[in-house]
Amino acid sequence: MTHETLVAAGLLSQPFMQHALLAGTATALAAGLTGYFLVLRAQVFTSDALGHVAYTGALGALAFGVDARVGLIVATVATACAMAGLGLRARPDDVAIGSTFAWILGLGSFFLTLYTTRRSAGDGTANITYLFGSIFGISSSQAALVAWIAIGVCVVMAFIARPLLFASIDEAVAAARGVPVRLLGVGFLVLVGIVCAESAQTVGGLLLLGLVAAPAGAAHRLTARPYVGLLLAAGIGVVSMWAGLAVSYYVSDVPPSFAILCAATLAYLAAAAAPRRRPLIPGTANPSDAWSASHSSGV
Amino acid sequence: MNAQADPPWSWNLVADLHEMLSYPFMVNAFRAGTIVAIVAGVVGWFMVLRKQTFAGHTLAVSAFPGATAATLLGVSATAGYFSFALAAAIVIAFASRPSRGHRGGINEESAVVGTVQAFVLACGFLFARLYPGFLNSVNAPLFGSSFAITNTQVVTLGLVAVAVLAVLATIGRPLLFSSIDPDVAAARGVGVRAQGFVFLVILGAAAAEASQIAGALLVFSLLVMPAATAQRLTARPATSVTLAIVFGLLATWGGLFLAYYQPYPLGFCISSFSFGGFLLAHLFTAPRRRRPERPMAAALPIGVSS
Repeated sequence: MTHETLVAAGLLSQPFMQHALLAGTATALAAGLTGYFLVLRAQVFTSDALGHVAYTGALGALAFGVDARVGLIVATVATACAMAGLGLRARPDDVAIGSTFAWILGLGSFFLTLYTTRRSAGDGTANITYLFGSIFGISSSQAALVAWIAIGVCVVMAFIARPLLFASIDEAVAAARGVPVRLLGVGFLVLVGIVCAESAQTVGGLLLLGLVAAPAGAAHRLTARPYVGLLLAAGIGVVSMWAGLAVSYYVSDVPPSFAILCAATLAYLAAAAAPRRRPLIPGTANPSDAWSASHSSGV
Repeated sequence: MNAQADPPWSWNLVADLHEMLSYPFMVNAFRAGTIVAIVAGVVGWFMVLRKQTFAGHTLAVSAFPGATAATLLGVSATAGYFSFALAAAIVIAFASRPSRGHRGGINEESAVVGTVQAFVLACGFLFARLYPGFLNSVNAPLFGSSFAITNTQVVTLGLVAVAVLAVLATIGRPLLFSSIDPDVAAARGVGVRAQGFVFLVILGAAAAEASQIAGALLVFSLLVMPAATAQRLTARPATSVTLAIVFGLLATWGGLFLAYYQPYPLGFCISSFSFGGFLLAHLFTAPRRRRPERPMAAALPIGVSS
């Protein structure tokens, strides 16, 4: 064995690293897939809000002595449903979303004080865990659960990708063709909520936005083909996750969340610096055009 | 926050206030809060009008790495707040090209802003991790504590506030025009792009000010909510800006008053007051059929130009 393979084997033989890789890869995959649609549907701000809500959910659950993961998933899915409910009548604007999540985050800081003052057993690092993640501290059962849920999200995404693309690009035409546009919108937001709850455990509620936005933004820059873009977003997310975990393993001062976000940001920068993609079909410069051009004759 | 153990609370509010203001740190908190509420009210009003809330949120959270970097390097926190917010404003201004005019193009700006936001927060986390007093250096910049504001900080806040308001007073009218209808404004010779850049820098300064009071994550309680409440209540620009300032001041003073008597973070108190006002305004006014800026555009004199 060469020196490099020995070093890599050392990295992979650590149990905490195996758990981190399992949970991290699955969440990066799910975040990349949903992120592609979030950028396409101009809903990145929604995932920002859901990440903040996840923090409040976790701290609220801890303050009342419940498993933090229950708080995470209840808070994000309930908020996603509420947003989708508002969106049925009128698209909730950024001001309403922003005002609401700023207050919900304030509520999180309230729960934090409640938790640290009331429960003497409560440790002060819970705050940091759900704000900035602690992927190296994840246990094997936690990692397995995160991975199963994230893989479930990926499978559902694979099933709804085609109609969701159609509905995201031209809602009116999709509705006219019998695509259940509203149901898809609600279902998609719920999936985003689940992804946020899972990512909050790996990179943290504040930083999951980068895992969602950066790989997807890079993919949108690099290709106009929807399916290639989806795979690219997931791939960039997973590679950023691996690179971040490896860097953080060897440089002990660098927290994993920072290294992962750094890798994702670099990927986005590289994509932005790359020469502008050639349109797939002459005269089209984005997925919506490529999609409608390739489907207008076929269907 | 708990400088003194459970100060006595009486229903005589005047006596309470008198007792509170006998502490120099409370006087400084009220001074700083007042300055910040005014600046955030005015700048936030334009931000809501221009629908740049996501960018504003990103500029606000860049205060977090600013504060932690300043702690790490041992320089003044104020310098850290302003330099990081201004740097983020410049990055966003250059990275996001106006997507207007592209037919059906996807808006990449949100991906850029989201990436910048997550990256600056991650940087803040790194700086906080590198600093020995890890836990304490995280909560205050994120959730706000204005009970340790020095005289120098108040002076700095005041000077920056004067500068921001002076720039806004100069470009306010054409900025209002270009915020409401960028295409017509550009056709009339208003420098829409240059204005957008200047406004982002102003927004960065205002966000840095507000995050020193409310905390980087809760800046919206001073920047967005008062302005959104005011725009819900009236369509007249002058009345609306005045209302935004009044709401911001009420929330800040109320928050400071409340935070003095109990252990919960100041940012939570301020955001609760602001959000309460926002909710009340939404519950007790009929939803407008048309977007708020329509009547505003009609209210604008025809001859406005730069």
